[in-house]
Order: sequence, then C-alpha cells, then structure tokens
Amino acid sequence: MLTKRIIPCLDVDRGRVVKGTNFVGLRDAGDPVEVAKRYDLQGADELVFLDISASHEGRAILLDMVRRVAEQIFMPFTVGGGIRTLEDATQLIQAGAEKVSLNSAAVKTPELIGVVSQKFGRCATVVNIDPRRVRKPRPTNSLERGTVLSSAPSEAGNREAGADTAEWWEVHVNGGRVPTGLEAVEWAKRVEELGAGEIVLTSMDADGTKNGYDLPMLEAVGRAVNIPVVASGGAGSPEHLRRAFEAGADAALAASIFHYNEYSIQETKAYLAARGVPVRVVPVRV
Amino acid sequence: MPTADIAIVDYGMANLRSVQKAFERVGFSADITADPGRIAGAAKVVLPGVGAFRDAIARLRESGLADTIADHVRAGRPFLGICLGMQLIFTRGHEDGLHTGLDLFAGDVVRFPHRPGLKVPHMGWNTLRPTRPDCPLFAGLPADPAVYFVHSYYPVPADRGVVAAESDYPDPFCAVVWKDNVYATQFHPEKSQEVGLTMLKNFARL
Repeated sequence: MLTKRIIPCLDVDRGRVVKGTNFVGLRDAGDPVEVAKRYDLQGADELVFLDISASHEGRAILLDMVRRVAEQIFMPFTVGGGIRTLEDATQLIQAGAEKVSLNSAAVKTPELIGVVSQKFGRCATVVNIDPRRVRKPRPTNSLERGTVLSSAPSEAGNREAGADTAEWWEVHVNGGRVPTGLEAVEWAKRVEELGAGEIVLTSMDADGTKNGYDLPMLEAVGRAVNIPVVASGGAGSPEHLRRAFEAGADAALAASIFHYNEYSIQETKAYLAARGVPVRVVPVRV
Repeated sequence: MPTADIAIVDYGMANLRSVQKAFERVGFSADITADPGRIAGAAKVVLPGVGAFRDAIARLRESGLADTIADHVRAGRPFLGICLGMQLIFTRGHEDGLHTGLDLFAGDVVRFPHRPGLKVPHMGWNTLRPTRPDCPLFAGLPADPAVYFVHSYYPVPADRGVVAAESDYPDPFCAVVWKDNVYATQFHPEKSQEVGLTMLKNFARL
C-alpha cells in the first residue's frame, strides 16, 4: 500500500536552516547538512530544501550546500527557491536534487513548468503554491468561474449579491510578499496541465502558526487535480498531520515541530499508525 | 574499498551520483561512465535513468551504448536496471507515442490508468511483495519492505515468470523483474534507505 509521506522541510537562508512565522521573523535551526542527516536516520520519507534567501550571489553557496546534503541522505530530495530558468533547475539536479520546486517564476513564466517537465520529466517537476485567504475583488482574467471557500457556505448568498466580497485563496509569490490575482484551485489545475507532477500547497495564513493546515484549501485543491498534493504550513502536532491526510493530502510537510525536537519523525509516525494512517515505520538507524 | 567492478551507465538522463554513493555506502566503488569500452569491460552494469522513454532510448542508440548493454547481458554478466532503466529493457514503451526499447524482455511499458482519485505519478513509499522470494536481491530484507517509487509508467512482461516482486497501486503491478543475470527495479533502491541499500549490496556481491 502506498503510504503517506512525512516530509521535514529545511528553509535555508544564507547557509543555515531557519524558521519564521507567516514567512517573517526567522529563527536559526542549525546546519542543513547535520539536520538532513538526522532526518535520514530518523526515517523521514523525503527531504524538502527551500532556499529562502535566493539571492544571486548566494547561488554558488546554495549549490554547494545541496551537494553536501545530497551526499548524506538516501531518500528523495526536493530543492526549491529562486529557480528562474531551466539552467537553474539543471544545476540543482546536477548537484543532487531529485525534484525541483518552482514557485514565483512559474507564475511569471508558466511555460517554465513545461520546459523543466520536458527535460526532467513530470516526476521531477514540483510547483509550490503559496495562497493566502483574501477578501477583495478577483481580477476577471484569472478565473472563469468562482470557487467559494467550502468552509464558508454562508457566503454563497453573499456571492450572489456581490462576488467580490467572498473570501478566496489568492496565490502569492516572492516569499509571500506579492499577490498575483490567481485563485489557488484554478492555478493548481493549470500547473498540472502544464506538466507539474506534484504540488506543495503552503497556506500563508497558517505557516509557522502551529494551528494546523488549511484543511478546506487542501480538500479543494486535492479534489481538483490528479497529481499528488503535499500539505504545508501550520503543522503544530501529529494530529494536524492526521487531519491533513484525512483531508486528502498525499504527503505532509513540517518544519518547526521537527527542527526543535517537539516531536520526532518516529513519534509522529507512531501516532499516525495507531490511528490507521498508512505510514512507513522503520527501525531507527544509528 | 573493494571493487565489484560496477559501471553505472551515463547517458545524460540523470544525476548518477545518488546511485554511486549508495554503492559506496555499502562498501563498493562504482564508476559513472559513458565510455562503451569501459562498460564492455565491466563485471556488472547498472542502467539508471529518469525522464522520458523516447529521449533515453534515442541517446542509448546514438551513443552505441544500446549494443554495449545488449552484449553485456548476452555474455551472462549481472545487469541492474533502475526505474526508466528497467522500462528501457522491454520491447515497447507507450510514453508519448510508441517507441521500441532494448527488447531484452518481451513486454510493454504502459501508463497507470486515468481513473478518478488515482494520482499519477505514483509517488512515494510502497510495500514490495516478493513473488519469487529466492531472488538474490531480496536476501536480508525485513518483512513487508517499503521502497520509494516515482513513476507514471510500468512494465507488463509478456512472460509473467520474470516478475520477482509486485506492488499495489491500487492493482498489482510489476516492481521487480529477474531472469538469470538480469535484474531491474521500478523503484529507486538508491533512495530507499536501508531496504534499498541492502538490495544494492546484494547486487554488488553477485
């Protein structure tokens, strides 16, 4: 049986693992190579590495760091952050990434998804989507039909009266700073058509809060596409991961709870297994 | 480090360091090479690969490596195909049109069905169900071993007898083939932690 993946995520800024709240207020959480090695030994199912500094000068440092992390682990390894061109993606794959994760550049130039997918395959092409709940008029060019949040049925009438006042999920880029006018579910379908093999869906509202994933958004996106969807943003306990899987996530990403040893990967998996979630339980290596 | 004289075939379709470092972890050095002479002289050959069937088979033919691999297999020396490297040894691939493979095994490489709720690619850790537990790759594996898959296509061998293990997604599909000196896995042993490393060690020791 295909198991649900538990994925620690390393947000890396200038060579260090960091973690913030709602994409700001960064705290140090260690050396990426040491942290990656620890997760491999704990039996993590995959590692995601996001370069959040993504400065031009930092590119060589990043590639070296990716190479050093790749040397230490024997599990799938996804790298994202600041990928603007096919050449950027190629360098990361040559440095040892198995999958590359596109974000801002995919919004600016959606063709990049197809170009990367053609070269490395759908299986190696991940798109990160960072939506935030907003209440403002939607640009008419981004949507043919409205998708009202399923958690807010009372707004259906509201929508009839004036669609521009209903809450919706707006995709943001550049580390969550820039709104795009794109609605998350529509954008998810589009990236699948363009060649993405997986979506990492990070709720900007929930990220770093430890209050749980945005479940209605996960459900809506998961139903809309036929590629795996990874829940991201908001994990504060193993129960939050359980709910994400119940909402249809194929994998769950978490950072703080693992980085600061609040819960180990093993504890998290044991919790999930005891509640009937199919997970891969492995003996700890030393 | 003992040498098992392993050549990892480099035909520009993947970062092959992950396979090489996995062999190193279990105590064997392996060369990454595109040189037909080096591959022809190797005791064991590994064919990894990610990406599209069509591009991969074209590169193997253009470089002459297709013949080198066929000669190695015919000489009875151990061969291991991984993921796309497994698919390429079959007769035909159905990805982006119909393409002829190396045809070391009769069979077709087909896509998982378009079915509501069935996410494709099949991506993640799935249980391996050995159908021929005597396959040398499986020595020392735990019960219900889990391995890492990432693929949209899988082979359907004409001779069911070559299937050594299956996995379910949700229907059973061929995850390992084995016949004489030829072994191939649809999953990535180099990314499957202890279980995968054990299988690579078993191959290196053949």
